[in-house]
Amino acid sequence: MSEAGNKDDVVIRIRGLVNELGGNLIHDHLDLDVKRGEVMGVVGGSGTGKSVLLRSIVGLNHPKSGSIKVFGEEVGHSDAEEIRGLQLRWGVLFQEGALFSSQTVAQNVQVPLRRWTHMSQSLMNEVAAMKLAIVGLPEDAAKKFPSELSGGMRKRAGLARALALDPELLFLDEPTAGLDPISAARFDELVKDLQQSLGLTVFMVTHDIDTLRATTDRIAVLVDKKIKVGTIKTLIHDPHPWIQEYFSGVRGRAALEA
Amino acid sequence: MRNIEANVHVEHPAVLRTEDKGRLFRLIATGDWVISESPRLDKELAHLHMTDARDVEIDGSGIGLLDSAGAWLLLRTRRIFEESGRTVKGFSIPPHYQPLLDMIERDHTGGPVDPHRHHPSLVRLLERMGRETVVIGRQAYEFLGFLGRVTIEAFEAITSPRRELPFPALIHQIEETGVTALPIVGLLAFLLGIVLAYQGADQLKRFGAQIYTIDFLGVGFLRELGGLITAIIVAGRSGSAFTAQIGTMRVNEEIDAMQTLGLNVAEVLVLPRVLGLVIALPLLTFFADVVGIIGGLVMCYFDLGVTIPAFMRELQGAITVNTLLVGLIKAPVYAFLIALVGCFEGLRVERNADSVGKLTTRSVVESIFLVIAVDAGFSILFSVLGI
Repeated sequence: MSEAGNKDDVVIRIRGLVNELGGNLIHDHLDLDVKRGEVMGVVGGSGTGKSVLLRSIVGLNHPKSGSIKVFGEEVGHSDAEEIRGLQLRWGVLFQEGALFSSQTVAQNVQVPLRRWTHMSQSLMNEVAAMKLAIVGLPEDAAKKFPSELSGGMRKRAGLARALALDPELLFLDEPTAGLDPISAARFDELVKDLQQSLGLTVFMVTHDIDTLRATTDRIAVLVDKKIKVGTIKTLIHDPHPWIQEYFSGVRGRAALEA
Repeated sequence: MRNIEANVHVEHPAVLRTEDKGRLFRLIATGDWVISESPRLDKELAHLHMTDARDVEIDGSGIGLLDSAGAWLLLRTRRIFEESGRTVKGFSIPPHYQPLLDMIERDHTGGPVDPHRHHPSLVRLLERMGRETVVIGRQAYEFLGFLGRVTIEAFEAITSPRRELPFPALIHQIEETGVTALPIVGLLAFLLGIVLAYQGADQLKRFGAQIYTIDFLGVGFLRELGGLITAIIVAGRSGSAFTAQIGTMRVNEEIDAMQTLGLNVAEVLVLPRVLGLVIALPLLTFFADVVGIIGGLVMCYFDLGVTIPAFMRELQGAITVNTLLVGLIKAPVYAFLIALVGCFEGLRVERNADSVGKLTTRSVVESIFLVIAVDAGFSILFSVLGI
């Protein structure tokens, strides 16, 4: 796992990424590096293509041009075999959890195990119980269907599924959106805790300035179809008006002073 | 399906060794204890040859890579030893994996999950039968209530001068359910006319009574088949659309929004659909009747050599205006049922994507069932009345 590698390893390397949606240019030759073991937060106004960026990295969206390498493998040009190798090494938590609605929470967590390993059913039941426990779900949640869970619990269940195969890289799409501040803070703690215990690299799209402060090592801001990377401390002094407004607005300041 | 071993190369396969030192039993784990190795290790651990030693030591200090699946196997083994009354004297793993182990140990204290909600059994089957029966009964009751409500709304909307019918929505529904259905209804009616004439001619030929094919076609199509085929197409086309449209609005909370704004859902959504279809379906049925007869005519012309004037003369002798009306009078009833079921099921959609598909299917099946059941009822009624 991560401890074995060099700290400066680049896990995600994006060069010259161009994305277009419905004729609009979303990303214009964007570059980004995510290093092993760090938590990278991605922020930006609505419609700046945060989710598109995430979807491009995990291969759900095919960029117009540019190169995206994850663990040194080109995502866009990889054949099915190589992409499969990558899918085992990353986990994705979608915005609403994206749990399979016809299956129980435990079955959801077991989907990747069943697809990719030869575990016996009893071992899968044990591993699923462990995953659900470490994301902080109560034992009786295992038998529930997604529609019977609250938004926060759905996200935790989605996280358990994303972590099922012990990935090295975790993608989170607005993990705290729609949660109350207390649940959001707990979720932040959980992410940080798991990241440290499991040695994960985390790529997180978020709007939540509290989340940024609590969990991220570096922040990538999507402005003018490109990306500016920094820490909260350096970005506060960035002259770009959107960044200024984001970090020094009332909500931003309150969160940073807290 | 490919397995994980084929994709991820494990550099140092996990090894499990045991050492028997009289009073002390040692378990030595080396190599990479990772998820891809876990199925094999799980089996090896299950078939461990235990001595009756009281003291146990688990030595994982030689482990290369460890992930949560591997860590769980080690922890589980320790728990099993402890539960069987042995003393675990030592437990070691590489120090940088301690946080991982601590987290699992802290959080995971329960047993394995049971991924299924219910296990099949006879009792479950009986329970389900009972439950379904109650559900069906309750639904029929609710449907009756819905029918009453829509009837009252419709009556008020038509008679009360202060309330205006939603005309634009009504016209839109007539176009959606009627005009756009013309091609498919026409094509199927034409084909059905051909089939009917062909089969009729084939059977009647044995008695030398081919000319009665036209009577058979005219009466059969106008009284029964034209209306039935149109109603079934419309149930599949528009009934399902009603359920899906209203159901999606339900999922998006649009229906809730309407209610908070004081809009009457029955009036805004249900009434235009019901009235629109009640107007459109008889027109479609008439169209289907005409095209079906033309299909039969084409068949008779080519297969039996009946000329068009001869066909017309025979048809005129076989059918009366009543034959057509008996067929057409049923169409508004079918339309009312199809639209009502479509809207009713749409409003019952719950706030998940699964529900829309399930209730759309149900809406189509129910409305086709009702159409055929009502048709049977009409047949009995007409024969009693001698029409």
